[in-house]
Amino acid sequence: MHALLEVSGLRKVYEGSGRRVEAVRDLTFTVDAGELVCLVGPSGCGKTTLLKCVAGLLNPTAGEVLLGGRPVSGPPPGMAVVFQEYGRSLFPWMRVRDNVELPLKQKKLSRSRRRELVDDALTSVGLSDAAGAYPWQLSGGMQQRVAIARALAYEPDVLLMDEPFAAVDAQTRADLEDLVRGLWRERGITILFVTHDIDEAVYLGERVLILSASPTVVQEQLKVDLPVERDQLHTRVAPRFAELRTHVYEQIQAAKRGVPLSKD
Amino acid sequence: MKDKQLEDARPRSVSPTSGRPGLTNAALGAAGLAGFLAVWEAVPRLGLVEDDFFPPVSRVADALATELSDDTFWTALGDTLTGWAVGLLIAVTAGILTGVVIAVVPYLREATASTIEFLRPIPSVALIPLAVLLYGTELQSVLLLVVYASFWQILIQTLYGVQDVDPVAEETARSYGLGPWARVRHVLWPTALPYVMTGVRLAAAVALILAVTAELVIGAPGLGARIAVAQTSQAVPEMYALVVVTGVLGLLINVGARTVERRALAWHQSVRGEVAV
Repeated sequence: MHALLEVSGLRKVYEGSGRRVEAVRDLTFTVDAGELVCLVGPSGCGKTTLLKCVAGLLNPTAGEVLLGGRPVSGPPPGMAVVFQEYGRSLFPWMRVRDNVELPLKQKKLSRSRRRELVDDALTSVGLSDAAGAYPWQLSGGMQQRVAIARALAYEPDVLLMDEPFAAVDAQTRADLEDLVRGLWRERGITILFVTHDIDEAVYLGERVLILSASPTVVQEQLKVDLPVERDQLHTRVAPRFAELRTHVYEQIQAAKRGVPLSKD
Repeated sequence: MKDKQLEDARPRSVSPTSGRPGLTNAALGAAGLAGFLAVWEAVPRLGLVEDDFFPPVSRVADALATELSDDTFWTALGDTLTGWAVGLLIAVTAGILTGVVIAVVPYLREATASTIEFLRPIPSVALIPLAVLLYGTELQSVLLLVVYASFWQILIQTLYGVQDVDPVAEETARSYGLGPWARVRHVLWPTALPYVMTGVRLAAAVALILAVTAELVIGAPGLGARIAVAQTSQAVPEMYALVVVTGVLGLLINVGARTVERRALAWHQSVRGEVAV
C-alpha cells in the first residue's frame, strides 16, 4: 500500500549568474490519503521551493515526487494549489464564479456539473452571495476564501497550501484556519499545508513536519495528538498544545543553529 | 455585513464627470471654447491678420454649412474614414498577432528586438514616394502609410503587455492544468489587453493623421485631397472648414476609443480606481 503522496530524496539547486544555491538538500516524507500535514520551518528554508516541486511547477534537481504512485513531472491533474498571494492568484478580469469555474472548464466537465461544483464550493466557504462580484471588490480574507473554493471545486486528490494566511489579519486568519480544519473533516481531503507559523502548524495539523534551515532536510516528524475537535479558544490554551508548540519551537531554533536536537 | 461590503465596493468611476466638479468642468470647457471662437472672430475683423488668409469663424461656419450640404463632401469623408478604418483594422490585427507570437515563441523577442527598433522610428511619411510608386493615388497608398504608422503603436504596446503577466497568475493557471492555448486566452490576453487598448487608441489617432496626410500629399481621394483642392482654388474659408472637420473627426475617434477602453477594462485598476474594502 503506497502513501498518496511520496516525496523521496528531493533536492533542488538553483543555478544562475555564477551563483549556486542549494535550496533543498534531501527531503523524504509521505502523506497518506485523508491526512492533514503541516510543513513548518524557519523562514527562507525552501518551503515554497519544496511546494512548487511537489506541485510540478518546478523540476527538482534530484529525487522524485509520486502522486498516487505516478511520478510528477508537470502539474498533475489531481492537485490544486492555494497560493499566499491571493490577489495575484485570482484573475481580476473574471468574476468570482468564473474564477472558480475556469479550471473546471479545462477538465471538460458538463455545464450542469460545473455549476453544481461551483455553487457547492462557494457555499462551503461561505461566499455563495459573492459569486457575481469581482475578486478585488472583496476583502483579503474573502479573496483567499475564493481561492480555496476554486481549489475545492477542482476536487483534487491533494490540496497544497503555500502559506495561505500569511497575508491576512489575525482574526481573519483564525477564521480561515477553522474553515480549513472544517473542510478537511467534512470532505476528507488530503492537505499539505506549508506555513512559517508554529502555532498554526500545531493547531491545524494531524502531523507536523519540521524542516531544517536551508539547505533543507526534514528535521523531525511530529504527531499532533490533540483531539480532532479543535477550537481557537480552548485548543490554544490546552497544556498539550503548549507542550507541542514549545517542542516545535525548540526544534526550529535548533534548526536555525544547525544542530539537530536529540528526541526527548 | 457581507452584503454591505459588496455594496460599498461597487466599482466607481474615477472620472471627475460626476456631481458638482463635473458640471463645473463642463462649464469651464464650454467657456474656453467660446473664448477661442470669439478670438478667432475678432482677430481678422480687427485687421490683426489679413482676412483673405485667416477668415473670421462666422465665414468658416458658412463654408462648413455649404460643405455639409454637398454630396461630394460626404464621399470624401467616406473615403477618408474607409482608409482610416481599414488601415487601422489591418494594423490592429497584425500588431496583436505579431506581438503575441513574439511573446509566446522562445527567443523570438531577442531575435526581433533590434529589427523592430530599427523599423519603428522610420516616419511613415518617408514612405510616401514608395506608396506612389507602388499604388499611385489608389486607396492602397493610403493603407500602406496608415498601416505602417499604426502597426508599431499596437505591436510595441502588445509586447509590453505580454511581458506584464504575473508569475503567480501564470503558475496558478499551470497548476490547474491550463494548456498553452488556454493560458494565452485566459491569462496572457487579459493581462495584455489594457496595453493593447492604449495602443489602439494611439494608433487610431495616428491613423487619421496619416490618412489625411496621404490624401493631401499623394492626392488619393478623401478630405485631404479636398483640402488641397480648396487651397489651390483660393477657397480659403472652405479649406478652414475642412480642417475643422478633420479636427472634429480626431476628437470623436479619441472619445470613441476611450469609451471602448473603459467598457472593456471595467475590471482594471486604471478604470475601476481604488476600491476601499
